[in-house]
Amino acid sequence: MREPDFYLLDELLTPEERMVRDTVATFVEREFLPKVNEHFDKVSFPMELVPRMAELGIFGANLKGYGCAGMNDMSYGLIMQELERGDSGLRSFATVQGALSMFPIWAFGNEEQKQKWLPRMARGEALGAFGLTEPDFGSNPKAMRTRARKSGKKYILNGAKMWITNGTIAEIAVVWAQTEQGIRGFLVEKGTPGFTTHEIKQKYSLRCSITAELFFEDCEIPEENLLPGTKGLGSALACLDQARFGISFGSVGAAAACFICARDYALKRIQFGGKPIASHQLMQEKLADMLTEITKAQLVCFRLGRLKEAGKANWSQISLAKRSNLRMARDVARTAREILGAAGIVLDFPVIRHFTNLESVYTYEGTHDIHTLILGQAITGIPAFE
Amino acid sequence: MKIGVLMKQVPDTETKIRIKDDASGIVVDGIKWVMNPYDEYAVEEALRIKEKKAGSTVTIISMGPKRSVETIRTGLAMGADSGILIDDPALEGADCYATAKALAKVMEPENFDLILCGKQAIDDDSAQVPQMVAEFLGMPQAMVIDKLVVSDDGKKATCYRRIEGGAKEVLEVDLPAIVAAEKGLNEPRYASLPGIMKAKSKPFKEINLGALGLKAEEVGAKGAKLKVKKYFLPAEKAPGKIIPGEPEDAARALVKMLREEAKVV
Repeated sequence: MREPDFYLLDELLTPEERMVRDTVATFVEREFLPKVNEHFDKVSFPMELVPRMAELGIFGANLKGYGCAGMNDMSYGLIMQELERGDSGLRSFATVQGALSMFPIWAFGNEEQKQKWLPRMARGEALGAFGLTEPDFGSNPKAMRTRARKSGKKYILNGAKMWITNGTIAEIAVVWAQTEQGIRGFLVEKGTPGFTTHEIKQKYSLRCSITAELFFEDCEIPEENLLPGTKGLGSALACLDQARFGISFGSVGAAAACFICARDYALKRIQFGGKPIASHQLMQEKLADMLTEITKAQLVCFRLGRLKEAGKANWSQISLAKRSNLRMARDVARTAREILGAAGIVLDFPVIRHFTNLESVYTYEGTHDIHTLILGQAITGIPAFE
Repeated sequence: MKIGVLMKQVPDTETKIRIKDDASGIVVDGIKWVMNPYDEYAVEEALRIKEKKAGSTVTIISMGPKRSVETIRTGLAMGADSGILIDDPALEGADCYATAKALAKVMEPENFDLILCGKQAIDDDSAQVPQMVAEFLGMPQAMVIDKLVVSDDGKKATCYRRIEGGAKEVLEVDLPAIVAAEKGLNEPRYASLPGIMKAKSKPFKEINLGALGLKAEEVGAKGAKLKVKKYFLPAEKAPGKIIPGEPEDAARALVKMLREEAKVV
């Protein structure tokens, strides 16, 4: 059982799903958490854990074949939950490798591309990055400026991508660009002339994760690096669906970590009348609200996981989960910070780390507001984007 | 080689133990159950030997309630080949002697070349079952081992153990033998996620006392040589004292306290 489980959702999971979750949880507790503060402090990712994560089968865990673990979607979601119970940066790393780099190759690549990249990526030997967002266009990727111009047997890429997780350490970047046939995805290998990266160091969120800018200046890539199955922006959005699904579960992990920390703190912290602050009604209300919201989010995840396994999860259902669960997690982290008082701002406790991380997660992979509009369109049939 | 691993399911080391109102045991509701950490070393060592010696098999044997299945499956997911659970309501209240008797009985027909287990279970910390199993099976035993080398012909095992004064004792045993693992023997692997899915289809059997040819009087509470009278939590430790001041003054104050208050010097 992983706390909190107020509605005994454990009973709805298979023994294998529970074992997958608990195995990842043990990995996070034993190998990641002891070093998280050091990395959060210096803005870096514990690269030595990559082979360990690969050994477990975390990268592209829900993809079939090509050396991937072939887990069901629920197991995949629970893996993300436990990684993010550790840190959103750790989960982001796995999301970018699996859902945003391996998935597009798996879904839109030809056999040769799949054989070349997927087994190495599952083993963590080649890391990937996903270049969609640009300095000038985030929520509206359709307006992207990056272009790929066909010239003989090559494409010539020009433009820039921004906020790219793992951008400087990736061996292969899945880059989206305008072409004469609309937006397409390309595989750009590290070291290709005209392709440079720059790490964004001064950031106060996701500090256990590497964030970068990618630049393409007359970057020539062979035409066989086009992902042939990509057809317009929809292909990029399909990758985001994979990622958002995992993020919906991940946010429950981050919120659970904050809740458990706040509850334990409130039970130990003695203030008025020699009693723990947990005995006061105001504290109890905060804890009750946190538990209620986490439980609701868990139920959303559970149902969404089963829908996705059955091939019935649509993108607006995933948007609802991402939007609702991230708002929940952000609120829970904030309330936990309040309960911890000053202790809530130091790295002795995980709360401030999750608190600042969740500001990014709330915004990336479709901002809260964009998901609101996706739901608005699902409800009314009227898109309000433009 | 045919390797057997004895495994016990125990409460997670982080569990906050609560005692039942009648002091007859601990409250098990809400406990997260895990593989006894010392048994994890045993499973890992068995898997490493298997990887070196082609054609080897690893069988996990456990005695306990139904829920132990999940922990056996963890071992199968790590890479063991099959599992056996002795599960019978009559086994409730079994002590080390009764447990060892039942485990020995189930292993007898298996003809293992090597039996590995943890040096003790972290729940009751008895550290007696491995030795008793060895006695019942008439096998040599090597306890609290932090390095194990099986000879190429699979006939002998060299076992290393730490002893007092930082020295090492080296034991050589003829196989089959039973070897109990100490921390440091190895770094246990995680069950890989694909391994977890494969574990489902690995052979696993549950055996009750009838099938073992044992009677409840021999191995259950009635066959136990030891009865637990009651359980209680240790008294809470009094908070420590910090002596302030310069080292010389503090040392002086400390000696005074040791002499007058603690009366130990």
